[in-house]
Amino acid sequence: MEERMGHAQTLSVETGSCAAYTTMDALRRRPALSLLRDMAQKSAKEEAAERKEGRDETAPQEAQDAAEAPSTANGHPNGEADAEDAEAERASDEAPADEDEGEEEEAPSPEEIQAASEVPSAPVKLELKFKTYPGDQFTHDELHLGDKQVVKMYRNMLLQRRFEERCRQQYQQQNISGFLHLYIGQEAVSTGTVAAIRHGEDSVITAYRDHGLALAMGLDPGECMAELFGKETGVTDGKGGSMHFFGREERFFGGHGIVGAGVPLAAGLAFAHQYRGDEEICVGFFGDGAVQQGAFHEALNLAGLYDLPAVFICENNQYGMGTHIERAAANPDLYQQAAAYDMPGAVANGQDVFSVNRAVQDHVEMAREGQPSLLEVRTYRYQGHSISDPANYRAEGELEAQQKSDAIIRLKKYLLDEDLASGDTLDEIDEEVKQEVLDAIAFAEESDLPDESALYENVYAGEYSFLS
Amino acid sequence: MAEMQLREAIRAAMTEEMHRDEDVFLLGEEVAEYDGAYKVSKGMLDEFGDERVVDTPISEEGFAGMGIGAAMNGLRPIVEFMTFNFSFVAFDQVVNNAANMRYMSGGQYGVPIVFRGPNGSAGQLGATHSNSTESLYANFPGLNVVAPSNPDDAKGLLKTAIRDPDPVLFMESELMYGLKGEVSEEEDYTIPIGEARVARKGGDVTLVAHSKMYHVATDAAEQLSEEGYEAELIDPRTIKPLDIETIIESVQKTNRLVVVDESNPFTSFAGEVAWQIQDRAFDWLDAPIARVNAPDVPAPYAPNLMDAYVPGADQIVDAAKRVMYVE
Ligand SMILES: Cc1ncc(C[n+]2csc(CCOP(=O)(O)OP(=O)(O)O)c2C)c(N)n1
Ligand SMILES: [Mg+2]
Repeated sequence: MEERMGHAQTLSVETGSCAAYTTMDALRRRPALSLLRDMAQKSAKEEAAERKEGRDETAPQEAQDAAEAPSTANGHPNGEADAEDAEAERASDEAPADEDEGEEEEAPSPEEIQAASEVPSAPVKLELKFKTYPGDQFTHDELHLGDKQVVKMYRNMLLQRRFEERCRQQYQQQNISGFLHLYIGQEAVSTGTVAAIRHGEDSVITAYRDHGLALAMGLDPGECMAELFGKETGVTDGKGGSMHFFGREERFFGGHGIVGAGVPLAAGLAFAHQYRGDEEICVGFFGDGAVQQGAFHEALNLAGLYDLPAVFICENNQYGMGTHIERAAANPDLYQQAAAYDMPGAVANGQDVFSVNRAVQDHVEMAREGQPSLLEVRTYRYQGHSISDPANYRAEGELEAQQKSDAIIRLKKYLLDEDLASGDTLDEIDEEVKQEVLDAIAFAEESDLPDESALYENVYAGEYSFLS
Repeated sequence: MAEMQLREAIRAAMTEEMHRDEDVFLLGEEVAEYDGAYKVSKGMLDEFGDERVVDTPISEEGFAGMGIGAAMNGLRPIVEFMTFNFSFVAFDQVVNNAANMRYMSGGQYGVPIVFRGPNGSAGQLGATHSNSTESLYANFPGLNVVAPSNPDDAKGLLKTAIRDPDPVLFMESELMYGLKGEVSEEEDYTIPIGEARVARKGGDVTLVAHSKMYHVATDAAEQLSEEGYEAELIDPRTIKPLDIETIIESVQKTNRLVVVDESNPFTSFAGEVAWQIQDRAFDWLDAPIARVNAPDVPAPYAPNLMDAYVPGADQIVDAAKRVMYVE
């Protein structure tokens, strides 16, 4: 690796100088490949000579090894031995073993390699177990949720619902444009999750159906609405729109428009927590559709391999656009994917905020102990995929049947049954929330559009002379 | 001639080719039961059945690669990307496999495949959903890139693309799907890949513009005409292979060139045309070549910023005046 980097630098540093002229001149007269081959060999020799003279700071034996046979650690147990003999392409393309590698992770012993190549003599039977969190199984006391907190959760779910009902209307009035994917019906997933994490400390990321989670994470409804209006006061200053909400203060890492693309990011957020050795974890949301992307599988494998403190939450609302999960997944029981990555998988009822909360509490606890996991939450979106989708692919009566187990109505009933709030109080909350949304719209309306110069802001952190 | 929307012309081309050749099939997200995210493949499931009009999961890398494998093994897939933004998930398959296969296999395996779908911005969709990808893909040897501006060209070119022995990226536009135009009713109507169309004659300045930008440039040409300047407007139709001769001929007449292209400017199609013209027709130029691109920034969401982002007719008029040295 170092060798190669060295050459790249030589070439680029010298460009424009006299030395570059000689180099470039030589390149012109000779086939480039032979020139580069000579350079690679010359430099390898020089480095070896330097090491012999003991001027090299790195451990001599290691450096020697690096210059010679690739070790088993870099995956070439029978790799060719001598860098100097190897073809130039190989010498420059294939890095010798990284010198600072192999300290923590011990290379497998010959016995282990042998064991790994053995084939079991009898059929292999696997027993898999996945925890389930059905609805109506949990009380708020069991979940250590205070009475007031449950009322607050109710208020938050209602806020998401009322906010998005108005979004729909504002879209029709052409105050909002672009794609608008509504979360209505799924509110228990966001609220139940946020009540189970260290809000503001743990990292959270999701896909493009992000308004509900943003509000659950405490982003300001006015700023969210202003974003949808494309105003400078919006959560991303009018840059991202509906699909790309962000909230740094809340540790809300977005809103991501490309299906599946956020899942590796969730692994990366968790990697940073692990790297820093802090107590925090990452919760990464994505849809059922994203499970069919390679990115999902790669990310879960990475998390399983590195024991990342991550909870991967699949919000299975049964549809990816117009395609039902049964038509998209070879195995539509998505939580079972966890088994492939050697992590716990479970499934929870997304129409019951307590079921979600219990499940996420359990999974967050695992994550804090360095155990990643996959949690499928079964839910349902009431609206079409986006505002322009009439959802004709639904069976008749399908939506109505789902609405019977509406999470907000369910929680309302619980609050009344358990005497946690009176009907009047709940009505008042609804009025408050409605007003809050109207205020959000007023704020969005009164805000200014971004100045045109904002087009060029935040492309890079520093100065850059833009082409015109 | 029959009047058709762009989406209908594309559908007609696919349908005719599927009747003509059993090896042709359509694969992509929502193409079958949903009739296509933009209704391009409406009715095709009923007509051809689910063996030839195939819904896929959201697995771009997987189904693009599957299409390439099927093409290597004798079929002629049409792979729809819901938009070319999502082709980035399949980038490796398109540029490493589809583009290189014939060369790398010493000519043993070609990849006769069409990747099609909308390209470029389509309103306030934000940075991830507004990429213009033609300049990027045109960079890779082995790929053909076609980006028509009207239903007639779309039909004729898509039929040719489906028959082409090599991969063709066929780029459409959400904003143009409803665009109506006269389409030839000639039986088996095809247009060769790699031929530009001189859409408007004029002697004062040459405008080159494709796809959506062709329409913006038409508008600009009309404005210029009202002010007494006659622009010659060329729709390259095919980005790669590029019909540079037609542009050279025009520049030899007008001596001035403006290239319009919705890509971001750095390494854009417009930059490439400008280079080829200065290389081949430098002595014919009376002014530096101007280009009109999206700005050198990602696409924003806010309506006013997006208006400023997408190249407009005014910018083209200004550029034309600049190269004509008029105020
Ligand atoms: C890579 C990619 N392919 C296609 C799309 C278009 N698209 C947007 S949302 C969506 C469906 C996603 O379904 P799911 O993951 O279940 O999320 P949900 O919409 O149900 O929240 C599709 C196909 C996209 N945004 N990104
Ligand atoms: Mg879904």
